[in-house]
Amino acid sequence: MMTFFFILLIIGAFMCLYRIMMGPTPPDRMVAIDILGILVVGVCALYAVQTGEGFYLYIAIAWSILSFVGTLALAKFLEGKSFDE
Amino acid sequence: MSNPVGIFLIVVGVIFDLLGCLGLIRLPDVYNRLQAATKSVTLGTCMILFGVFLEFGFTSGGIKALICIFFVLLTSPTAAHALSRGSHISGFKLWEGSKMDQLEEDKGE
Repeated sequence: MMTFFFILLIIGAFMCLYRIMMGPTPPDRMVAIDILGILVVGVCALYAVQTGEGFYLYIAIAWSILSFVGTLALAKFLEGKSFDE
Repeated sequence: MSNPVGIFLIVVGVIFDLLGCLGLIRLPDVYNRLQAATKSVTLGTCMILFGVFLEFGFTSGGIKALICIFFVLLTSPTAAHALSRGSHISGFKLWEGSKMDQLEEDKGE
């Protein structure tokens, strides 16, 4: 049953990759990168359940924070301002 | 895989994630995609993490899942707000079927 969950989440990740490739404007690609980061957090949590080790949840926490910082940097870049204003 | 409530929450969370990604493909412009994808994927991932917490219980893994729920709920709406505001300021148009644009009205005053 866990394999079925992984397959569903990977289908979602491929939908995000399709939007990253085919997105007509730059914000579309940035939204897809943000969603892909949150999906990876879910995949890490499921993998922690499957193996029974809590170690993979460290990866989930670090990935959520790093994805947030990356998305904020992309949004500031899109707004056309530098980082200190 | 022992707690039935945890398994149910994981199933519903995975379905929410999949439907959010489907909205990312199907909807017409940036703001609609952001609206569909960010909210439902955040809810789905938080439900998966809460199911993981119910599976592990109050061990170190379960507490880490709760901390991860806190971070996802704190960071994901902030990132979505920054992205939508940045793309509006940068001048990307709304879909032609959109009814109202309150940020543009506020700028006009």
